[in-house]
Amino acid sequence: MMKRYLVRRAGQALVVLVLIACVNFLILSLAPGDLVDVLAGESGAGDPHYLQALREQYGLDKPLYSQLLQYLTNLVQLNLGFSFRFNLPVRDLILMRLPATLLLMFSSLAIALLGGIVFGVAAARAPRSLRDSLISTAAMLAYSTPLFWAGLMLIILFSVKLGVLPSGGMRTVDGPKDMWGIVVDVTRHLVLPSITLALFYMATYTRLMRASMLEIYNMDFVRTAKAKGLTSRDVAYRHVVPNSILPLISLFGVQLGSVLGGSVVVEVVFGWPGLGLLAFDALFQRDINLLMGILFLSSVMVILVNFAIDMLYSWLDPRIEVGA
Amino acid sequence: MMAFRTLAGGYLDLLLGKGEMEFSYRDRLKLLGGVAVLAGLHATGVLPAMDVIGAALAQDAKKTLRVTIVPEPPSLNTAFNTAIMVQQISTKMLDGLLAYDKNFEPMPALATEWKVADDGLSITFKLRSGVKWHDGAPFTSADVKYSFEEILKKHHPRGRATFANVAEVEAPDPLTAVIKFSKPSPYVMAALSASESPILPKHLYEGGDPTANKLNNAPIGTGPYKFVEWQRGSYIKLGRNPDYWGKGKSEVESMIVRFIPDAGARAVAFETGELDIGGTDPIALADLDRIKALPNLAVTTDGYAMCGAMYYFEFNMRDPQFKDVRVRQAIAHAINREFVAKNVWFGYGSAATGPISQKLTKFYTADVPKYPFDPKKAEALLDAAGFPRKAGGVRFKITHDPSTYSEQYRRFGEYFKQAMRAIGIDVDLQSTDAATFQKRIWTDNVYQTSSYGIFNLPDPTIGVQRMYWSKNIRKGVPYSNGSGYASPEMDALLEAGQNEVDIAKRREIFNRMQVLAMTDLSIIPIINVDYTTVYNKRVKGFTEDLEGVFGTYANVALA
Repeated sequence: MMKRYLVRRAGQALVVLVLIACVNFLILSLAPGDLVDVLAGESGAGDPHYLQALREQYGLDKPLYSQLLQYLTNLVQLNLGFSFRFNLPVRDLILMRLPATLLLMFSSLAIALLGGIVFGVAAARAPRSLRDSLISTAAMLAYSTPLFWAGLMLIILFSVKLGVLPSGGMRTVDGPKDMWGIVVDVTRHLVLPSITLALFYMATYTRLMRASMLEIYNMDFVRTAKAKGLTSRDVAYRHVVPNSILPLISLFGVQLGSVLGGSVVVEVVFGWPGLGLLAFDALFQRDINLLMGILFLSSVMVILVNFAIDMLYSWLDPRIEVGA
Repeated sequence: MMAFRTLAGGYLDLLLGKGEMEFSYRDRLKLLGGVAVLAGLHATGVLPAMDVIGAALAQDAKKTLRVTIVPEPPSLNTAFNTAIMVQQISTKMLDGLLAYDKNFEPMPALATEWKVADDGLSITFKLRSGVKWHDGAPFTSADVKYSFEEILKKHHPRGRATFANVAEVEAPDPLTAVIKFSKPSPYVMAALSASESPILPKHLYEGGDPTANKLNNAPIGTGPYKFVEWQRGSYIKLGRNPDYWGKGKSEVESMIVRFIPDAGARAVAFETGELDIGGTDPIALADLDRIKALPNLAVTTDGYAMCGAMYYFEFNMRDPQFKDVRVRQAIAHAINREFVAKNVWFGYGSAATGPISQKLTKFYTADVPKYPFDPKKAEALLDAAGFPRKAGGVRFKITHDPSTYSEQYRRFGEYFKQAMRAIGIDVDLQSTDAATFQKRIWTDNVYQTSSYGIFNLPDPTIGVQRMYWSKNIRKGVPYSNGSGYASPEMDALLEAGQNEVDIAKRREIFNRMQVLAMTDLSIIPIINVDYTTVYNKRVKGFTEDLEGVFGTYANVALA
């Protein structure tokens, strides 16, 4: 049963990945101009032979279908291609930047999830109270504040005015060398960007948690729990909260992909050396190989995470079955 | 990625495996929480792997120059990419044959003496003795020969044009190099700086594809700084070259180039003292007044004369509406260049009078036809040209493509739209990105008017001719003659300017060229752009030569 399910999911994932790769390639090649245009433009190049030579070297002079075929062939061999702009294999470039992005993503999602649950519970336990209004208003504010602005304000407060946290980067250049020193150093750099990125998601989770708890509160088993004389605290934490978390988990899965997008803004503001920034540059510089590599990797990540969430879901709530 | 997958798989097994046993839903939640903590710990465990500078020693702040370059360069060798960010880092490690003083006169660098032959057909260089590459190998005339013949002439983005007349480079002895020309090419003498024509080590480049050489990301040169490491997305570290030929000058032990993508965050880093110097407008121009008022920071516009940065407005001369010169004159009269300099460029630029930058003092002349701001005259010219105001007060509609590289360019587009509305021309602004812009202007020629920043570079034959020469109407080549302007008289002047050895005669040729350009008006020069360098006052000695942030920083000191 399980095995058949896994095989089917893997098959689906493969088809989706190939489709994504093709669509990525075709959409990106619709963009006017290519890498050679960009290079020549910023270099002030003045020679058609030079441009022609570059296009031949990069394989941009070949027809589109043969470029796509070449790309897919490389992909099957797990070869992501070469970034001619950076003069490095795409795989190396991505591996250099992936740890920073993962660190930022997971720490901010963890903050968002924890904060969302805490504030959501606090709001839902006393609906329409002052506490609820404050939390809901704050969530609305955090939800509608542009990320880059929130980031800059945090920098001004904590780096310029108070001078307690670094304004950007991931590590102090020539900073501590010992393991513990590095952990502290990176954590200090991580605080502001991860909070900035977490704000938006925390607001979403808070609102979702609150709504989901209020819905559960209306259910029969909660009434039973109250009727048998449990305290309001026991009702909330033993019966309502656990049953309200499922929607959060599915949203978490969906958002993992979009965090990658949101992290571009945060990476720009805080100079965080992650993948988002690399993707952003790659787009404007028409570094198609690099961009496709990053997009491909993101799709793989989203597929894996969604699979994990599905498994988690059925494991957490035995009523939901993994169907083959 | 593999590691990540194994990790995730491990946890999954753990969770699923335990799932066989009788676990309550609540227990599972608890376990999930535990796993989250574990994952967090793992994340921190990943960190030591990122540490690559473990061996580097902590530096005394007084000996570390902290620089920013905007944006991060894609590679570090300007022989293959002449973008301004690459030039700013390449010049610290790779030397040129010459440097230039503030009057554009050559100064010794790798060459100590030079002699241009009377017929202009060769230049003989005496090379500095005892110079070593960063790997210890001696620098000789073979490196010069190889660099010009195999690298600069073949792979340099502008080199094929600049060195088109270079027939060969002779190396009669290890310390003599002779560049031989097929035709006199006086402008070459202006293009031998480290930022324009770096000399590369033959022994490390020979035999492979030079464009794919790994050293382009980790240069080995003869310059005052050695490459140490490049953490992409974060910083580049350079160390002092103890064997540098200009011994005893540099007090800076190491140089750290940080990449901070956001202009606001860069301003903060300057304010908090995390950055010492940054060139080519590191901070938004609107923010500079605030920065200048701070006691430890300063702003200078010195060090950009070699660029000769201009902002041009261009007509697509293929468009029938612009065939009549009176239409082009009318538009020139309707653009208030002083206003643009003051409000769009915040005073970091001045109104341009002609196609050659005022910074190119050897060739610039103010004695050309002028088009002072005069909307009434503009309207009269349009009426006379047969474009009366029609219903709604509109004479005709045009599109305008402003270049995309800076905030100022976009703002100029907005100003232009307003200025044209005043004289009855309706402007449709095109908003694009760099690649789209270049394709529209220089490949497809589908624009009607455009405006863009351009470098005149140190010689008009290299930097100005390309916009006016009819032989340089080349599809797909950015910053070529995109307007399609073709005039036999202009071609004759430009071609005479290429080969004239006598400096006074050459200046006269370019004076006539500037008059003609402002008469035919295929391009309306808008602004002489002043780039800004923001620096901490503790940095001394980077404005002594012509090159500013494009210089070697060999003489930089930190107070």
